[in-house]
This record gives sequence, structure tokens and C-alpha cells, in this order.
Amino acid sequence: MSNIVLEAVGVDKHFAGVHALRGVDFTLRAGQVHALVGENGAGKSTLIKVLTGVHQPDGGQLRLFGDAVSFGSPAQAQQAGISTVYQEVNLVPQLSVAQNLFLGREPRNRLRLLDFAALYRQAGQLLGELGIPIDPRRPLTSYGLGVQQMVAVARSVGAEAKVVIMDEPSSSLEPREVETLFEVIRKLHERDVAVVYVSHRMEELYRICDSVTVLRDGQVVHSGQMAEIGRLELVATMLGRELTNVRTVFSGEHDSRSGTALRAVGLRRRTVLDGVDLDVAPGEVLGLAGLLGSGRTETLKALVGLQPLDSGEIQVDSTTVRTGSVSSAIRAGLVLVPEDRKAEGIIPHLSVRENIVLAALPRLSVAGIVSKRRQRELVDTFMRRLRIKAASQEQRVSELSGGNQQKVMLARWLAMSPKVLLLDEPTRGIDVGAKAEVQALVDELADQGLGIVLVSSDLEEVVEGADRVVVLREGASVAELTGDQVSVDSVLAVIAHEA
Amino acid sequence: MIAGIVRRHGALAVLAVLLVVGGLSFSTFLTPYNLSNLAVQATFLAVVALGMTLVIVSGGIDLSVGSTFALAGVLAAYGSRWGLLVALLLPLAVSALIGLVQGALIARWRMAPFIVTLCGLLFARGLLQLLTKEGSTTYLVPQDSALRWLGQGAVLVVLAVLGYLAGGVLLQRTGFGMRLFAVGGNEDAASLMGLPVARTKVSVYVLSGLLAGLAGVMSTAQLGSGVTVVGVGLELNAIAAVVIGGTMLTGGAGAVSGTLAGVALLAVIQELINQVGRFNSSMQAVVSGAVLIVVVVLQTLLSRARR
Amino acid sequence: MRLDRLNLRDHGVYLALVLLVLVNLVITPNFLTADNIRTQLVQMVPVLVVALGMALVIGTEGIDLSVGSVMAIAAALLPLYLGYGALPAIGICLVAGAAAGLLSGSLVTFAGVQPIVATLALLVGGRGLALVIADGQLKQIRNQQLLDLGSGSVLGVPLTVFVAAVLVVLVALLVGKTTFGRQLVAVGGNRKAAEFAGLPVRRVLLVVYLLSGLLAAGAGVLATARLTASDPSSVGLLVELSAITAVVVGGTPLTGGRVRVIGTVAGALLMQLIAATLIKHDVPASVTQMLEAVIIASAVLLQREGTGLRLRRQEAR
Repeated sequence: MSNIVLEAVGVDKHFAGVHALRGVDFTLRAGQVHALVGENGAGKSTLIKVLTGVHQPDGGQLRLFGDAVSFGSPAQAQQAGISTVYQEVNLVPQLSVAQNLFLGREPRNRLRLLDFAALYRQAGQLLGELGIPIDPRRPLTSYGLGVQQMVAVARSVGAEAKVVIMDEPSSSLEPREVETLFEVIRKLHERDVAVVYVSHRMEELYRICDSVTVLRDGQVVHSGQMAEIGRLELVATMLGRELTNVRTVFSGEHDSRSGTALRAVGLRRRTVLDGVDLDVAPGEVLGLAGLLGSGRTETLKALVGLQPLDSGEIQVDSTTVRTGSVSSAIRAGLVLVPEDRKAEGIIPHLSVRENIVLAALPRLSVAGIVSKRRQRELVDTFMRRLRIKAASQEQRVSELSGGNQQKVMLARWLAMSPKVLLLDEPTRGIDVGAKAEVQALVDELADQGLGIVLVSSDLEEVVEGADRVVVLREGASVAELTGDQVSVDSVLAVIAHEA
Repeated sequence: MIAGIVRRHGALAVLAVLLVVGGLSFSTFLTPYNLSNLAVQATFLAVVALGMTLVIVSGGIDLSVGSTFALAGVLAAYGSRWGLLVALLLPLAVSALIGLVQGALIARWRMAPFIVTLCGLLFARGLLQLLTKEGSTTYLVPQDSALRWLGQGAVLVVLAVLGYLAGGVLLQRTGFGMRLFAVGGNEDAASLMGLPVARTKVSVYVLSGLLAGLAGVMSTAQLGSGVTVVGVGLELNAIAAVVIGGTMLTGGAGAVSGTLAGVALLAVIQELINQVGRFNSSMQAVVSGAVLIVVVVLQTLLSRARR
Repeated sequence: MRLDRLNLRDHGVYLALVLLVLVNLVITPNFLTADNIRTQLVQMVPVLVVALGMALVIGTEGIDLSVGSVMAIAAALLPLYLGYGALPAIGICLVAGAAAGLLSGSLVTFAGVQPIVATLALLVGGRGLALVIADGQLKQIRNQQLLDLGSGSVLGVPLTVFVAAVLVVLVALLVGKTTFGRQLVAVGGNRKAAEFAGLPVRRVLLVVYLLSGLLAAGAGVLATARLTASDPSSVGLLVELSAITAVVVGGTPLTGGRVRVIGTVAGALLMQLIAATLIKHDVPASVTQMLEAVIIASAVLLQREGTGLRLRRQEAR
């Protein structure tokens, strides 16, 4: 077995009352591609931040090549040869690709000034070695997210790295780009660089990783060779559940009623949407499937007026809704629970009550004066109906768990008595138990006659939750699957069918 | 493409038009005497705006420069009785110290730059009043002081030009310059890349303080005394010049050459208003404000269109 | 421990106020006389009125640097229209203030300019405009109604103080009890989420800047009435700083999402008393100014400390 490069021994980390890491041991060997997995909140990010010097451990020790080290900052960790590729691209968009690659270690000439010729030459060389065919002189912004992520990878590799930590690097990449990424990882492996690979995508883990460490509730619950643990077993270890409970709780069967709750025809917007048609019956759950960037989120945003349209018609209950206007959509009963709960959903330092009544405020007020009593009644109803767990109505929403925050978002919109509910990734970033609750709620709401459109990057969730699935590709609806056709395999087949 | 060109060279184009219009309208406008006079008067703003450019590229703002400018001027006059070295070092040291404290508060304690530097504005102004016994004392530069030699128009202009050359090299051709762009463009990324973000920010406020101080010394050298009432609102003109010159207030982009064009543009506007004569001199502020609004709106709209 | 921090951040201003009053009772002769109290209140009125508008703007995560210049514009306009009577003249000043607010508000909402820049442009141009309007002149006010507003009193309460008190109540009700107030706080807390929730974000922002301009113009009128002269070159100079201080010292964070109206009143009062105390004990104005700078910085630091800890708690989740 090859040398141990980096080692964490008994690492502890607290955050104001939360025990994020409890005695974590982690061993990384040269040339290893090591999967680090766990549910959200298991402590993966915290461990990574400790390894890369963003956080300092409260207890335990880090060892680099056997010597105890402590990193006071990311800079120190990088100097020691540990570099990181983050989930979100962390580069400077205005600077050129080459400048981004060499920021902080730019080639200098004899006068100690930047040597741009050498900069571009070295950048071109590095990109060439890794098989990334882009022009190092152009500003980073002129390339898409996927390419930017590859630049981030190239930057980390260029730093004479001994350890490269990749935190969900593939989440914004197209399949072709993922192949390039894997190619790079193989080259790192050949150079005896150790790689820590964090991902939720099982398939990727089994393709590229040779060993795995599983975190749960801040503790290591499994560590070993990738080949020695099966896929289902791995998932069960992550979740800490029996295998049978891993599935979703969706019933996927609703008695959709006759009529149309929502009909959208020919939604078009230059470079974003290219002809989306869909309709939803009352009491029906329609799944929207497609790859990242296929226009799923944009379609939902367009439906509620957050994404301007060049053309297209939207009808709720056979009444045409003015496009591009959020208030018209809401008035018509068309509401969206957005994808990014933190950035687009909750108002963090307002209370649960204020977050729930936010959209309904005008309805709860007379001549612009809001009635606190009516607010309380409304909030009380929904907290009970959706089983929102909070200390009181006045608790700050940011103190709730992700699942309860999601329910607050649902309550906000249900308070508007909508006809059609659009859900963008409703179970992202919430724990397994809450996931099941949210899924059950969606079923319940459909049974009560709401039309629902469900978007999720988890294909299984879409397939099991929806009665019908519309597949999007490059901003257009390309297929509709009903009845028995609704299965992971058939949806995948449609998505993968590239013209 | 067009957006970039307008942003980078818009100030220069407007400047050219104004020079032509001014030259055709007023016979005394495009004379060598008038132009060199204009250049000398613009040097102070130019030097202050140079520091402001660096600060704004790093994503910050420095409102204290007007006060620092005045304080340094008084300190230079005060120190000139002990010779040139004291007259230079005393004000520059104090200005750098003001920048250092501000930079530390901003970088280490993560306070909003505009609040910190507003406090700096108040503090430096108060210190200035204290030194001059609430404005009742004026320090004169001795007739035989070498400081007065520094105050010749040609020397001032040369100093400013050297400053801009050095500033251009610093921003475009050094690692420090790249760090400024990186910090201003995406601070989180810069710190995750292991760049010394805090040190970079502190340095840029020290530089800004130093340059404001230098401008104050230059002003005292020219006037022969430390005038307490100068520099009020100078920070606003400096910001206006920087923004008009195409540096984005959101940080991460900009160039010192644009700032120089912005300074020249402001100076020419003022001169034209003087030449017209009918207008109240306050008209200059109105025009500067209007130009600033137009430029900022254009910048915002153009950068949005690009996205 | 958490309770202590909350107390210091949210109620520190009241604590400081009580302490300062107690200290003054001991060291300052004639402190608790009706006369002195009146003087202190009258002097703080313009800053307080401006600060009310500033609190609203800061609540939306914005800033309004133009308030001093708007005060100057109002002061410059006032004597020009006194011929039509005091009320019409005041009305014109208020309309001008609202228009100025609307301009910065439009720049912020429609053009997407950062608040600090939009209002900075108005700060530069506004005072120039005021001086152009007034031709750089100081003008005596001879309109009796206006002079009464400036120096008259009802039941021993100066009229300007009375006006300010009414405005405080109105703004407090606006923030606490109305749809608009709640929407304002939501926009400041998370603008994108407010947009997604279908709130009229642009209208809220526009109205907030309009109100700030309106209140600043009102402050300009009050200050002019009290001075018995229109002085556009110096009225409201640096008032933006005092107003921001009052707001921040009063517990409204610069990061938006919260507005503390009563805290702002306490903040304004605290800063007024500090200055008065220092002047009364012959501390030079220069030192007073330097101390003010230190106090503002400390107040902001205290606010930031709170948010810093909160952020970290969220991160741990």
C-alpha cells in the first residue's frame, strides 16, 4: 500500500451548539481517489473545510506526510499542497482564464513584473495537458459554467498539488464534461496525487473512486475499499436505515379530475426556452424531467412571471394569464416554491409567522393596516395542517430545519389558495425524514384537487411522484410519458436521445 | 464589444468634443497658458483619484480622502519649519496611518468601507481642527523652504504623471494589481484561492491615504500655507472622476488611464463653466452630479445588456 | 450569554442614554431644567426627521446620502415661494424633496444603480443646485407663520418637536402596522425572495426613497424656520452621517431587514446629548467630532458582531 499523504485523527469541530464533527479519522494515500459521502448535514463540508484550512479543528490533529500540521488559512493549506475545487465555481469572472489559473503565482520577468507571454504560454500548456480546449486570453465569463469548473480543476492541479479535494465538482457539468473531468482525475492518479471526491451521484463514485469514507451525524460510519461495498449497502450506510426504507413514499397515483388547471402553449424566450407546451389537470402531478440547463427551472419561472417571455400563452382554469407579471400569476392562482430556498425563498431574520403571511399580507389587511389576529389564525391553521415544527410562530425561520423551512414555503403559497402549485426541487437539501413528509404532503395536496408541477433532478422522485412526465430538452418539451411509460428507464431514454 | 469601448473610452470621447467646442467658443480656452493652468489645478484631484481608483477596483470606497488631503496639507506646512524631510514625512506618515487603521477595520473586522471611511472623514477633519486650534491658526511655509520649489506647476504635473505611470504598472503588471482585481471581482473566491485578501485590502487603503496625503502636501507646496478649508467634497469629485473614467463601482474592473480622462473631463467642465461666466460656480457641482448619474446609469445598463 | 448579546445590540442605546443622563445629572449644572431639555430636543429635530427616512432606506439594505443636499434644496426653495403663503411654499419644498427621492429611487430600482452611488450623485449635484437656486445667498425669513413654526411652542412643547413627534409616530405605525412596512422589511431581508413571493419590490423601494426625500425636505423646512434664515450652503451639511449614526446606534443593521424607529429616536437623542455634554464642558468641537467618529465606528462594529455570530450559527446547520 502506498504512502499516507494526509491524515485526520480524532478531529472535533463545534459550531455554537452544534457538534459538526465528532472524532473523525480520515486517511488519504498517494494516488488514491477517495470518495467522501454522506447525507446533507453529515459533516462532509465541515471536514473538507478543516482539511483545507477554512476552519480550524477544536480537537484532534491533522498530519501531512506524518507530521502534525495546522492550517490557519486556505493559503497555508495550499502552500502545503492541498487544493480544492468547490461545488460553485470560485474564480474571478472578470479576469482572463490564464489569470485565474495563475492568480497568486503569476510568472514574473526580471523586473518582478508580470510576464504575460509566459503566463499565456504556461496556461495554454496546462490546459492542453488536461485536454481543455479553450483560449486562455479570454475572460472567464465568456465561457459557460462547465468550462469554468474545468478551469477551477486545472487551477488546483497546477498548484503542484499533492492532495486535490473536489466538492461535488460534477453538479454543474454536462455528461461530456464529466468525462473530461474523469480524464483529469485519472491523470492525477497516475501522478500519485491523492484525490478526495465528494458527490451524490452513485454511478460516478463507482466509476472513478477506489476507496470510500461515509460520514453520518459528524461521525465516520464506514471506511474501506469501494469494491467491497455494494451500491444499496452504501446508500443504506449513508442514511442509517434499512434498505427497504430508502425508496420514496410517493404514491404516484392520483385521481385527476376532468378539466385543465393549467395550460401553457409555446413558451419561448431567446436562448432560454424554445417551445414548451404542457397542461395539468386538477388533482394531477405532472413531472418535468430533463438535464440541468434543459429549461426546467426557466419553465417554472416563466409560468409565474419571473422569466420574461417572447411568446407563448398561459391559461389557468381557461383564463389567460398575463405573462411576465408575478402578481397576475399569483392572482390567477399559479404559485412557485423556488429551487434555492435560502436565496429565493425564506427571509431569514423574519419570524415563521411573517414568512408565511408574506404573500397574503394584502388579503389580511384593511386599508393597508395588517391585522395581527388574522395573521395568527392563518398561521396557526397552516402550522397544524403542514405539521410545521417550530417553538412558536415568532421563532426566526432561519432557526428551523431545512424540511420545516420548506413547509413554511408551502404554507406561504397555500395561504393564497392556489389552483396550481409549481415545485422546483422540493426535497433538495432536507433530510430523509422530512423528505418523506414533504412527499406525502404533495400527494395530499394533489388529492385535494390542486394541480401540481414537480421538478427534481432526482429522476426517481419525478417518476414515482408524477402521474405524467413531460421531458424537456434544450428548452423545448420533446416528449410526454403517461401510465406505464413513466419509468426511470424510459425517461432516461428520451433525455439521452440526442438529435 | 461596444459596451466595453463606451466604458473604456467614453470619457475620452466626451473630453475631445468639449475641447473642440470650448476651443471654438472661447478664444482664451485652448491657449497654452490656460491649458497648463488647468493641468496644474487638476493635479491634486488627479493624485487623489488615482488612489481612489485602486480602492474602487478592490471593491471598496474611500470617503476620507478629502479630509486626509486637508490634514496632510496643514501637517506639511506645520512641519516645513524643520526642513523638507519633515514637511514630507510627517504628513505622509499620518496619512498612511489613517489608511492603515481604516484598512484594518475594513479588512480584519469586516466593517462596511463607506461607514469606516466616513468616520475617517470626520476624524481627520476633527484632528485638523484640533491642530489649527479650531481653524484659527494658519501655518505658513517659510519663504526659503525647499517645499516651495516642489510647488511649481511643472513639478506638480510631473509628479502626477509619474504617479499615474507607477499606478498603471502597479495595477496592470504586478501580482498586487491582479490581487486587487481578484478581491474586487470575487472576494470569496480570492480568499479560497489562498490570496492574502486582508493584506491586499489594508494595503490599498494605505495607498489611498498616502496618495491623498501626497496631494495635500503638493497643494500646500503650491499655496505656501496649510489651508484648513480645502478638500471638502474632494472625495466626491474623486469618485466621480473614477466612475466617469470607466471603473466599475462594483469592483473588479477598471484602469488608471480612464481615471485620468475623468479628471480631465471634470476640470474642463469646470473651466467651461468659468468661461461662460454667467453661471454661478455652483453650476459645476450640478453638472458633475448629472454627468455622474448619466455615466453610472449607462455603465449599469451596458453591463446588464452584456449579461 | 445569548441574552446578554441581544440586550447589548438591541437595547444598548437605551442603556447608554440612561447612563449619559445619570452622568450629566452629576457633572452638568442645570441639566434637568425644562429649558435645557427643550434646547436639546429642538436641536436634534432636523437630524431626527432625516433619520426616520434613513431608517426606512437602510431597512431595505439601501442608503441615502443625498438627504443633506435635499435639505439644502428645500431651504433654497422656501423663501422663493413665501409670497404665496407659508403652507404653499412648504408644499413646494416637500414636492421637490419627494421628486429628488423619486429620482434616486428610480436610479436604484429601474436602472439598478447601487444606492450609495445613486444618492452620491444627488449629494454632489443637489447642493450645487440649491446654491444655483438661491444664487449662493443667505436669505432672511420674515414670514411670521414660518417664524412661529420655528420658535413657537404649544403647552411648553416647541412646535418643531411636536411635528417631529408626530412624524415618529407615523413612521412607527407605517413600519409596524401596515402592509407596506412589512413588505419593506421583507425586501430588505431578502430581496430575491420578496420578488419570488410576488411582493411589489420596485414600488416598495421607490416609495422608500420618496419618503426619505420627503422627510429630508421637511427637515430642511424645519431647520430653516428655526434658523430664521435660508442658508443652502451650510444647512444639512454632513447630516447624512448624523442620520446614519442615529439609525445604526439605534439598532437598525446596515444589512437591512429590520427597522427600529424608537431606537432611531434614542440614537438621535444619544448623539445629541453626547455633543451637548462635551460642548458644555468646553471640549473643543474638533475633539467632539473625533469622538463622534469613534462612537459611530463602535456602534457599527457592535451591530456587525451580532450579525457575524448569527451567520456562523446558520452555517453550522
